[in-house]
Amino acid sequence: MAENLPERQTDIGPPHFSKFLPPVIKNNYGQWKYHEIKSPGVMVHVAESGDQVWTVRVATPRLLSTDTIREYCDIAEKHCDGYLRFTTRHNVEFMVDSESKVEPLVNELKEKGYMIGGIGPRISNVVHTQGWVHCHSAATDASGLVKAMMDDLHEYFHTKDLPAKVRLAVACCVNMCGAVHCSDIALVGVHKTPPRIEHDKVKNLCEIPSTVASCPTSAISPDPKAKSVKIKLEKCMYCGNCYSVCPAMPIADPKNDGIAIVVGGKVSNLRSNPKFSKLAVPWIPNNPPRWPEVTEAVKKILDAYIAGAKKHERLGEWVERIGWEKFFKVTGLEFRLQHIDDFTFARETWRMAATFKW
Amino acid sequence: MGQKHQTPLLDELEKGAFPSFVKEIKRAAEHSEYAQDLLGQLELSYKEKVTHWKHGGIVGVRGYGAGVIGRYSDVPDKFPGVAHFHTIRVNQPAGFFYTSAALREICDIWDKYGSGLTNMHGSTGDIILLGTRTENLEPVFAELSSRGWDLGGSGSAVRTPSCCVGPGRCEWACYDTLELTYQITQRFQDELHRPMFPYKFKFKMAGCAVDCIASIARADMSIIGTWKDDIQIDQDEVRNYANSGMDIQAEIVDMCPTGCMSWDGNELTINNEDCNRCMHCIAKMTKALRPGKERGATILLGSKAPIVTGALMSWVIVPFMKMEPPYEELYDLVERIWEFWDEHGKNRERIGELIERMGFPTFIKEVGLEPHPVMVKEPRRDPFFFWSEEDIEK
Repeated sequence: MAENLPERQTDIGPPHFSKFLPPVIKNNYGQWKYHEIKSPGVMVHVAESGDQVWTVRVATPRLLSTDTIREYCDIAEKHCDGYLRFTTRHNVEFMVDSESKVEPLVNELKEKGYMIGGIGPRISNVVHTQGWVHCHSAATDASGLVKAMMDDLHEYFHTKDLPAKVRLAVACCVNMCGAVHCSDIALVGVHKTPPRIEHDKVKNLCEIPSTVASCPTSAISPDPKAKSVKIKLEKCMYCGNCYSVCPAMPIADPKNDGIAIVVGGKVSNLRSNPKFSKLAVPWIPNNPPRWPEVTEAVKKILDAYIAGAKKHERLGEWVERIGWEKFFKVTGLEFRLQHIDDFTFARETWRMAATFKW
Repeated sequence: MGQKHQTPLLDELEKGAFPSFVKEIKRAAEHSEYAQDLLGQLELSYKEKVTHWKHGGIVGVRGYGAGVIGRYSDVPDKFPGVAHFHTIRVNQPAGFFYTSAALREICDIWDKYGSGLTNMHGSTGDIILLGTRTENLEPVFAELSSRGWDLGGSGSAVRTPSCCVGPGRCEWACYDTLELTYQITQRFQDELHRPMFPYKFKFKMAGCAVDCIASIARADMSIIGTWKDDIQIDQDEVRNYANSGMDIQAEIVDMCPTGCMSWDGNELTINNEDCNRCMHCIAKMTKALRPGKERGATILLGSKAPIVTGALMSWVIVPFMKMEPPYEELYDLVERIWEFWDEHGKNRERIGELIERMGFPTFIKEVGLEPHPVMVKEPRRDPFFFWSEEDIEK
């Protein structure tokens, strides 16, 4: 090795979290009594001992330079004894142990242009995937969609209330490296055309049995003559799973790749059971850098929810109360053949009752 | 370093109120050629509406089969800085707590050997170090591991376990999600670093049914905190909520999914036997109501995203398990489940899909669980069911 490297260790696992807990948290670990949300980005947790931890939540773009992380460190060192944490939704949280320390912290964060919010009945940060920044199977860019959408909706992060939390997510393909399939409103990159088979490459790059097995609709079969595979085009649903196992079957198609919008999912058990998101819009063209057609459709859905939902009702709960037929009416979204399920769980989704709204 | 490539499309995404990822890449580009060429390649993707990353590639550190995702540009001549742009997954501390000193240490290593770009965090929970060359992988690993950091999971392995903030800062945590996450990660280091399964296996620990870690949607095994006894009530605090304007009838009682509560204007009564512990009332009256004291977890199995035959959510396999160290009962269950998966699973078949294919009753029998009414939403509708030899009179 060219340089003097320290001795590597293996299978040590992550450091124990206790090394990183602020003293107020270490002292009151497991002894929290209640919490209160003080403003869209500030909450306080009170322990049995009477100790308090005040949290200020700040949005990040998830994709962070080391320079920005060091800036977070500067703030943590100045205000929080050098401690900080991140949330599962890519926010950064600064914690202090008394109310008097909140204002100076908030002031400095605001001065530096950070966006404080995301707590309570509003839009928190957006869970998303890598997109064109770093993924080979991306049908769209995730970071760009998040940025464009949140530039339109940021007031619901730092100021305005909603009936309940609205969880947004973006997945750049149907592999969905994120909880997109159970989000209030999610964007999913989708293909609309079948993969192309590069026959000369299949025999070197792909295992034919696993390529055949990767297809959920049995559209792919071996083509022994060509030492390759063939596709029954009419059976292909463009999921791209074959491309995941066989690089010689590219599916990206700039003219036809686009965005689907799914809505009404949730992961919490609050009130109603967790729900999958369902299809609201099957396809919108990729229109970078700001995807105006996508952000417009998201706003339509959000506005209808704000107008119709009761307090504490999540988007999916609201839709289930009013009925999906009414959802399409109040949002003005077009209902198309693609909305009717013909995949694995299709039968459960058809209306087996004579009751519906005109 | 001046900007190497013009990026008129990406520049649009520097505008607007929400934090900009383009600004982040540009910041890194001031000192990183990787980030310079990433800007160039990403601009090309925005122009052509297509990704410019090639399909995978097997790279890694010695002795591990996981933790590094190989990534190569398909236009390396134009953007040599991202010809190799591999991801390193670093196992995050449970609960995502850090000291600034620890973060600075990681930043310094990453500026020395990589793009200076990260994700805090990846979807599964790891610290993502985004983009370096193959020859830098061993040095990064030596620098990280000698300072107490290890790599996370990838491929057909245990994926990096993760959890909610739990008892660190939440009064609803029904077990120590951080400690279990740490312990389970340590227990299964071999399975995490050396892929040996039919496909990936994810663990997520949620302290209560609010499920802030989205375990029910995103983990093969979802361990969700719950309790068995009565919700703790402070009636004075209930009255305080009423006096400060909460409509307890409309917001609490009428929204209870089981109808197990009543409010007479003075006292809130809960029929705990009928409560399904959904957390709505507790979440809305944080000062007045708290989970019960006999705490543990419900274990659910099988969730995954839509690939291959549709998305699944985890379903109940163990209604209640005490979740305290040394967690041997849990580890034993995990190992029996993996044995079943090893025995029957096809290549790239998640545990949830396998159970769908083989049947939940078969799984229950082979893994040695007891059938229980809470495992199902309703009993079967059809009259087609199997019997065993011992059920037949000879």
